[in-house]
Amino acid sequence: MKRRVLAALLSVTMTAAFLMGCGKDAKRETVATNEMEVEGDDVTTLKVWTFIEFHQKFYTDMAKKWNQEHPDKKVKLVLSNLSYDDMHNKLSLALESKEGAPDVVDIELGKFPAFMVGEVGLRDLTDVIEPYKKSIVKSRLDIYSKEGKIYGLPTHVGATVAFYNTDLLKTAGINYEDIKTWDDFKEAGVKYYKATGKSFATIETTAQWMINLMLAQKGGDYLKEDGSLNVNNEIMAEVLEYIKGMQDTGAFSVIPGGQPDNEEAYPCYNNGEYAVQIMPFWNTSRFVNYMTDLAGKVAIAPTPVWKTSDKEFASIGGGGTGTAIVASGKHADLAAEVMAYIKLSEEANKEVWNVLGFDPVNTEVWSDTEITQNADNQYVKYFSNYPFDTLNKIKDNIGSLGSLTDEKWPSINNEFCTVTLNNIFENGMEVKEALKESQATLENEFKK
Amino acid sequence: MLKRFFYSKKIAPYIFVLPFIITVLLFWAAPISNGILLSFQDILKDQWVGTQNYERLLSDKIFLKAIFNSVKYMLGTLILLIPFPLLFASLLNSKLMKKPGLFKSAYFIPALTSVVVAGTVFRLMFGEAAGSLANQVIGFFGFSPIKWLKNAETSYFILLLVACWRWTGVNILYFLAGLQSIPSELYEAAAIDGASKWQQFTKISIPLVKPTSVYVLTISIYAGLSMFLESYMLFKGNNSPNNIGLTIVGYLYRQGIEKRAMGYACAVGCILLLIIMAVNLIQLKLTGAFGKEEK
Repeated sequence: MKRRVLAALLSVTMTAAFLMGCGKDAKRETVATNEMEVEGDDVTTLKVWTFIEFHQKFYTDMAKKWNQEHPDKKVKLVLSNLSYDDMHNKLSLALESKEGAPDVVDIELGKFPAFMVGEVGLRDLTDVIEPYKKSIVKSRLDIYSKEGKIYGLPTHVGATVAFYNTDLLKTAGINYEDIKTWDDFKEAGVKYYKATGKSFATIETTAQWMINLMLAQKGGDYLKEDGSLNVNNEIMAEVLEYIKGMQDTGAFSVIPGGQPDNEEAYPCYNNGEYAVQIMPFWNTSRFVNYMTDLAGKVAIAPTPVWKTSDKEFASIGGGGTGTAIVASGKHADLAAEVMAYIKLSEEANKEVWNVLGFDPVNTEVWSDTEITQNADNQYVKYFSNYPFDTLNKIKDNIGSLGSLTDEKWPSINNEFCTVTLNNIFENGMEVKEALKESQATLENEFKK
Repeated sequence: MLKRFFYSKKIAPYIFVLPFIITVLLFWAAPISNGILLSFQDILKDQWVGTQNYERLLSDKIFLKAIFNSVKYMLGTLILLIPFPLLFASLLNSKLMKKPGLFKSAYFIPALTSVVVAGTVFRLMFGEAAGSLANQVIGFFGFSPIKWLKNAETSYFILLLVACWRWTGVNILYFLAGLQSIPSELYEAAAIDGASKWQQFTKISIPLVKPTSVYVLTISIYAGLSMFLESYMLFKGNNSPNNIGLTIVGYLYRQGIEKRAMGYACAVGCILLLIIMAVNLIQLKLTGAFGKEEK
């Protein structure tokens, strides 16, 4: 009897192990490499790592165009998509050990400064960017630069804009076009909350899209001008106190997941539990893919400012993917030239909008109404106004925060998104106290 | 000549254990000594920095929090994952039990699932939206939604829940093996003398299953202190709000891989090694596991 039980148990175990094995294989497939097919003998193979899968199609489409235009310098891209953390960690180890790095790699803005520490293992791209430079938003090149050298090719501007659910706002008698300042924004929130009993917008605890915008508009930052740590400063405290004031009205609350761009938050917007997002422009792709019930109900507008009379930034660039070339690669020069074409040429910039729904870094595309108002475009269809009308209004006034490119940024970002903002907006800690504590933690970390 | 070499009684034992010795040297001793050396360096700058990494560790509040979290988790798993599996194992071992195989497989299957999948499912079950499974359940009893994974107590509860769900079956198997090696004559004799089932459990099963218990205790201490993946999956990454899910290994990973401070991370690893060694040596001493070998 016992033996039969044991046999049964074993077979169950083996079946389960077998199924688990299948699971593992299936997982491996999603990391599988994706090879381009190119005819001809004189073709250079380039290895490319990405962390967002739909960038791959964009790259291969553009590489085909390059091959047509440059039959003497044909390339074949071999693309591997890895998960976000995995890819950056692998890259870091590969550069450290000088083994196994790809030719081309997509690096996310938040991780970029980590690769600028010590001896930089990436190729200086200043020369290949030169031909395209004049039509590109300068601040997007600056974020991937160190000591005058540019190491990353930008994908989009990521201009921070406001996404208003006009349907919901109408029920509360609010016209989003009247919201010009943060005070208006807060007031509209209170009015909306009174009328509907629902939250107007989110308070962020796991990202700083709105916080960074407000901070940059006031001329603040996380670091002093000499680069030393200064998170516990007056302007920072003012901004966070102001947001705390918003939270105290009850009209603003922390959304599940702590920021608009995550899997728990999408349904909240889709159900109409929150009406407004202050987010970078690339969030258009999240709306179209994950908040399908809102089609035709969302308008894109410039974000509020502190005072309309001041010369404040109308927006800042948020997030970003910098494509870098590994310096030690055998074909680094060719890779740099090809990728600059793939990412920065006019053709490429049109595709960035058409395929990915991002705001391209070549602002000439922004005024090409044939593309930006193309009635067949899924993004144009989704939003209730033309997205680029808003972008063109803020075009000349898109700033950035200096600290985003500093090597201290990944640690500061980490501290804010795990500790500081949670202390203030979830645990009710005084703003000054929370900042003081985080300043101390970070100082300890940078003490060397 | 060669024949004599292989047939020699003095040499043969060493040849038999050679693969094991090589493995230990190559995959255990070498990395550990290398790690200790690295913990006195700043790898990015390629410099020797003396005890600086360790000095920084002592004043690092996040590291202390990570130790606190790991120890708390380890204690919780010890309290839940030793007595209960032992009890379940004796129930399964009892002749009164019907269809023990079914229960054994049911308990054991979670151990075969991937932590990655399980962690993700648990994260979604305990989401903070009012529509998440856990919030619907407590809503049924009239409670308002809880932000499960933002609160130190509730997230500790969830981590323990995942651990119990996953490891109860494995520990049951260990105990079952131990219980089945106890001769049935002992129980028969006790029954004839009029001992109740409970008395048989406390006076025969528990003392005789002690070697297994010590083994389970040792690996549980190690597993509890070096837990990482469960927390990583539950909080969707290594960064939990207020670091409530940060463990020692999580901190090692954050410093070494995410922040590229390999030297500092090695110092964290060395401290972890010291803590686990110390706790386990004390534990083994107290349970008398060393004494037996000397006999």
